[in-house]
Amino acid sequence: MSLAAALRTADATKLPSRRDEDWRWSDLRGLLREIPPLSPQIEVAGRGPFAGVASDELAFGNGRTSSGAEYSNLAIMGDETLRLRFVSDASASSHSSFVAIMVEEGARLTLLESYEGQGSAYVASVEIALEVERDAHLTRIVVVDEPADAILVSEARVVLHPGSTFHQTVLTTGGKRQRIETVVTHPGAGGSARMDGVYLVSGRRHADITTEVTHARPDGVTSQLIKGCVSDQARAVFQGRIVVAQGADGTDAKMGHHGLILSERAEIDAKPELEIYADDVACAHGNTVGALDEEAIFYAQSRGIPEVDARAMLTGAFVGEVVDRIEHEGARDVAQAWVAQKLGGLA
Amino acid sequence: MLKIQNLHVRVGETEIIKGLSLDVPAGEVHAVMGPNGAGKSTLSYSLAGRPGYEVTDGSASLNGEDLLTLDPSERAAKGVFLSFQYPLEIPGVPGLTFLRTALNAQHKARGEDEVAAPAFLKMIREQAAALKIDFEMLKRPLNVGFSGGEKKRMEILQMAVLSPRLLILDETDSGLDIDALRIVSEGVNAMRSPERAMLVITHYQRLLDYIKPDRVHVLADGRIVASGGPELAHQLEAEGYDKYSKAAA
Repeated sequence: MSLAAALRTADATKLPSRRDEDWRWSDLRGLLREIPPLSPQIEVAGRGPFAGVASDELAFGNGRTSSGAEYSNLAIMGDETLRLRFVSDASASSHSSFVAIMVEEGARLTLLESYEGQGSAYVASVEIALEVERDAHLTRIVVVDEPADAILVSEARVVLHPGSTFHQTVLTTGGKRQRIETVVTHPGAGGSARMDGVYLVSGRRHADITTEVTHARPDGVTSQLIKGCVSDQARAVFQGRIVVAQGADGTDAKMGHHGLILSERAEIDAKPELEIYADDVACAHGNTVGALDEEAIFYAQSRGIPEVDARAMLTGAFVGEVVDRIEHEGARDVAQAWVAQKLGGLA
Repeated sequence: MLKIQNLHVRVGETEIIKGLSLDVPAGEVHAVMGPNGAGKSTLSYSLAGRPGYEVTDGSASLNGEDLLTLDPSERAAKGVFLSFQYPLEIPGVPGLTFLRTALNAQHKARGEDEVAAPAFLKMIREQAAALKIDFEMLKRPLNVGFSGGEKKRMEILQMAVLSPRLLILDETDSGLDIDALRIVSEGVNAMRSPERAMLVITHYQRLLDYIKPDRVHVLADGRIVASGGPELAHQLEAEGYDKYSKAAA
């Protein structure tokens, strides 16, 4: 059951539904009675949110590259920074795309991925296959900016090899129904994965960050910090699963999810899961959902900071911790500016 | 300067301040002493405008301007500063950022120019040195993981930088050892000026050995029940609050 499969076959019965445990908070079947027609091909304009950070780009407009392909396949050698853009401009139609990127042995890729949506009520599916070969490094920064009534599912399958690193940060404001999913196969053996994220969801939007990491063999590291805020009647979902297979001793895995609920009718659903089948591991998870500290707000006010600014300052500091972990300076600057701008819409 | 008349304050269903009147002229330091539960913290929070502290009657004004209709940040811009008994931790916001944001917000509210970064840093460095605060500490999130004494010194640093007209010190001596008490008191004394009024709220006389008040008031059961010179504090230290509590009861 997946959106990609449903779009490929124009068969709505293939959509994930609330009966699928992993989709119960992000049901698509109940939302879409039938698959909308294919979106028209469009020219991709501009250079996206990471314009100043990288010059090379791979762009999809309504699911297709400029040559009309729904599929693209890249191999990275050396040290590269690439913009990967999924641009939608559609109305009541659907599109899907697929990208496979291989980061070759010892190579380094900074992947600056953006979802740039215009129009309304479209359905978009993106599948990404990433393979990070031995001693290679992949940094993936994802910025998702979609219309309030668009449906988007982005599914990344990441395969790591010994000695490789994978650092990911997802930033999203959600959509009508939206999931950003990352599934990582971790070889252990000195490999390291980081899967961070920020959600800032307002109005009646929905954002779902789902991750799964499977440590198949010994001595792998995973660290995760997801933070976010919901306001109005918005809803955020975090599902994080870390599986440590039998024999994957020496695994070091940390998962943290912390959410702020800024209004009474907003909601955060979180399911952190550690499944550990090995004996000698260091695994920890922390999960908190709460409100802003009203005493801290008053304290800031008593120093002369108006309430609205005090709230923005504290929420900004709350999610800022995640963005500060981005090592790539240019990407971090873009992420910080993006978060500051989106927080303005949340107050 | 500060004029409080017949103030009544309720927290939830309970009336805590029950007709309190107090005048603190410019240039003077007044101590408010009283037993636990007399309403000392309620008085300071009411003046600062903390939500949940409902003024049901009476007035409080600073230089003739009504404070009670203003929100807490507006009161701060008018010159009210409350030094908290338990300063809050502000995760993720460095002390420098917090203080510069506060200072410029006050300047903006008063229609004054922003303080430029170099001038701000120079001022902070001088004030921090006087209070024996390591400048590196100001780069850390405000009060997060600080000791009680460090938090109180940060309060006084904020006070010095924001340069308020009315200083309210709520149990500033709690949690301080003798050395910290001396540093903090020197910081407060350095701010005494003919243009400022200070309200020192304390349970113990000890603090008043360091910050010498012009007047001492006894707060019991939500009212000022006695007022006098500095000698009243010593008398309270010797005799306790019993007779006032009984009188109030």
